Amino acid sequence: MLTTVLGRQPLGLAFAAPYAVFLVLIFAYPVGLAVWISFHDYFFTAPGVAVDRPFVGLDNYTAVLGDPEVHKAFLNVAVFLVINVPLTVVLSLVLATALNGAVRGRIFFRVCYFVPYISASVAVVAVWLFLFSNGGFVNQLLGPLAPDPSWLINKGLAMPLIALFVTWKQLGFFILLYLAALQNVGKELYESAAMDGAGKLGSFMNITVPGVRPATTLVVILSIITGANLFTEPYLLTNGGGPNGASASPVLLMYQRGIEQGNPDTAAAIGVLLMIAFLIIAFVNKRFLERD
Amino acid sequence: MNMKKTTTLGLGLALALSTAACGGGNGGDGGSEATSATGPIKIWLSNNPEELAWGNKMVEAWNKANPDQKVTAQEIPAGKSSEEVIGAAITAGNAPCLVFNTAPAAVPQFEKQGGLVPLDSFADGKEYIESRTGDAATQYQSPDGKYYQLPWKANPVMIFYNKDLLKKAGVDPENPPLSTYDEFLDTSDKIVSSGAAQAAIWPAPSSEFYQSWFDFYPLYAAETGGTQLVEDDKATFNSTEGKAVADFWATMYEKGYAQKEAYKADSFADGKAAMAIVGPWAIAVYGDSVNWGVAPVPTSTGIAPEDTYTFSDAKNVAMYSACKAQGTAWEVLKFATSEEQDGALLEETGQMPMREDVASAYPDYFKANPEYQTFADQAARTVEVPNVTNSIEIWQDFRDDYSKAVIFGETDVDSALADAADKVDGLAGQ
Repeated sequence: MLTTVLGRQPLGLAFAAPYAVFLVLIFAYPVGLAVWISFHDYFFTAPGVAVDRPFVGLDNYTAVLGDPEVHKAFLNVAVFLVINVPLTVVLSLVLATALNGAVRGRIFFRVCYFVPYISASVAVVAVWLFLFSNGGFVNQLLGPLAPDPSWLINKGLAMPLIALFVTWKQLGFFILLYLAALQNVGKELYESAAMDGAGKLGSFMNITVPGVRPATTLVVILSIITGANLFTEPYLLTNGGGPNGASASPVLLMYQRGIEQGNPDTAAAIGVLLMIAFLIIAFVNKRFLERD
Repeated sequence: MNMKKTTTLGLGLALALSTAACGGGNGGDGGSEATSATGPIKIWLSNNPEELAWGNKMVEAWNKANPDQKVTAQEIPAGKSSEEVIGAAITAGNAPCLVFNTAPAAVPQFEKQGGLVPLDSFADGKEYIESRTGDAATQYQSPDGKYYQLPWKANPVMIFYNKDLLKKAGVDPENPPLSTYDEFLDTSDKIVSSGAAQAAIWPAPSSEFYQSWFDFYPLYAAETGGTQLVEDDKATFNSTEGKAVADFWATMYEKGYAQKEAYKADSFADGKAAMAIVGPWAIAVYGDSVNWGVAPVPTSTGIAPEDTYTFSDAKNVAMYSACKAQGTAWEVLKFATSEEQDGALLEETGQMPMREDVASAYPDYFKANPEYQTFADQAARTVEVPNVTNSIEIWQDFRDDYSKAVIFGETDVDSALADAADKVDGLAGQ
């Protein structure tokens, strides 16, 4: 009986318990609470204040799904993902492959790519503001070719610019993942391919790309999660999702609705929908990338 | 199989925990015993250096006279905004007794959270507030008729201009024509077309809910002779006056007199804009570095300065329900807003205590600092943000529609104001 409940190795439970407790308290409990909140008329109160928090069924979801601002925010993230994910995968794999070879100044380049990743977003955003503001460095370089309205207040360019920013900022981390994965691709495969007459591109496409597929799955999923959590960049780079919500993200809306405006119930509904949407995307991606 | 079992167990436990957590939370609120309790208290002060200097001296004076009821002051903890930090502290139950920087727009939300003590709970509460501030105090009454905030200080906003840049643009720097919309547009045109500055004026074009307090609202208050954005739970701005103000700003943006992209530093201090909409704090900030002048906000017909209203940009003091020694907190609140301490605040920060006729209350100060007199006169005619439920959501909806039509010209002004008014009517009436 005891074996049925505790398993054959009860000590294992003791080892796993601290992390399981951590997971329940820090992840599962808030998720459960968010789901609960999204089905109730809920607002934050001081401790000890008695308020009625009636069950409202799907009302919060109906309100959120009928809100054009929410549609726009999800569409913006879709634009972000379409640009950010492929760009991240391609650039980080190509750069990792290059850095894995015998390149002069390899350590210098590795540091260069990694510095943006470990720098605080606030500081890095300031640099991009200097580059892409109306009178910024990029527009000065472009001269008459500079976009009008300028990058950060152009509704067609604001979100793509954020996607580029995030790609650049995160690249160092993903290069690192690919560099680790590349160490597991056998050198003899490249030698065989070379003997069979494969060029560099052929080796890259037929050996490197399939060889690092598990890392690609991870990179894609992590990039998607980054997209789902997008907040700092629209908050700082485009001043709260501007222009006119063209770069607003669902998490930014959750912050505005839940924290600023005191409507955590609708914010929670956005959060739950976001979680479901991204779980589906991640699941489809995983199946697609690991199909063989 | 085991994995599945564990996952199910984990999820079940999480849901059970969450349900348990959500089921609780009822309790008492202290009542009249708390309002008479005395003891040590904590207060939060704004983080601007002048206010901190005043606050620390005020606390020192109180503690010297009341060693048994010690006040501990600290800056409002860092956060994206003071309101968020205060809101979180209310929810966590660790808000201080008093916050000397409570934004009136946030008060309805804090009140709904059960985080504020109505100051009418104190025997002399209502009488003290109304005798100190006069008729203007009623703007700070909540819909239930109670005062959950003490009107503390105002920063009536006016047009600050850089005389050197105006001169460069060929505008009379001592008497610039800025009183009507036509004059303002004409002066703006000269500033920009002459290259004296990149922008005539550069209000933040971003979409934070409070930005309309520094572009649309002051001019709307002036144009309407002191009408709030919402009155009797109805939006007032979808009117001839509201449209006139919005059209004026739309022209400013369309012609490039105001910029559509946020300036990341201080456009007025950097000479990128020749004018700014600011309160009396600007004198201390720009006093030595800019050759400045001040004018009331413009109106379509050029209403006389002595009849022109503006936005108050007030910051108030509220008492928070987590406070145990509310009796002490009330006495500290009265001490900190006494005639003597208000005078010290004025002296230290240049901000106007919300006292009836502040100019005559401190004649020596205004004699020694005549440049503040204009702001003191303006302080008598200010409009506050409406004290209504969903206040911040109302301002955000207004800002979104305003931004779309006025700043970026994507929709027409009339339909944007009508759309915003519809949303605001729905929210204010809830």
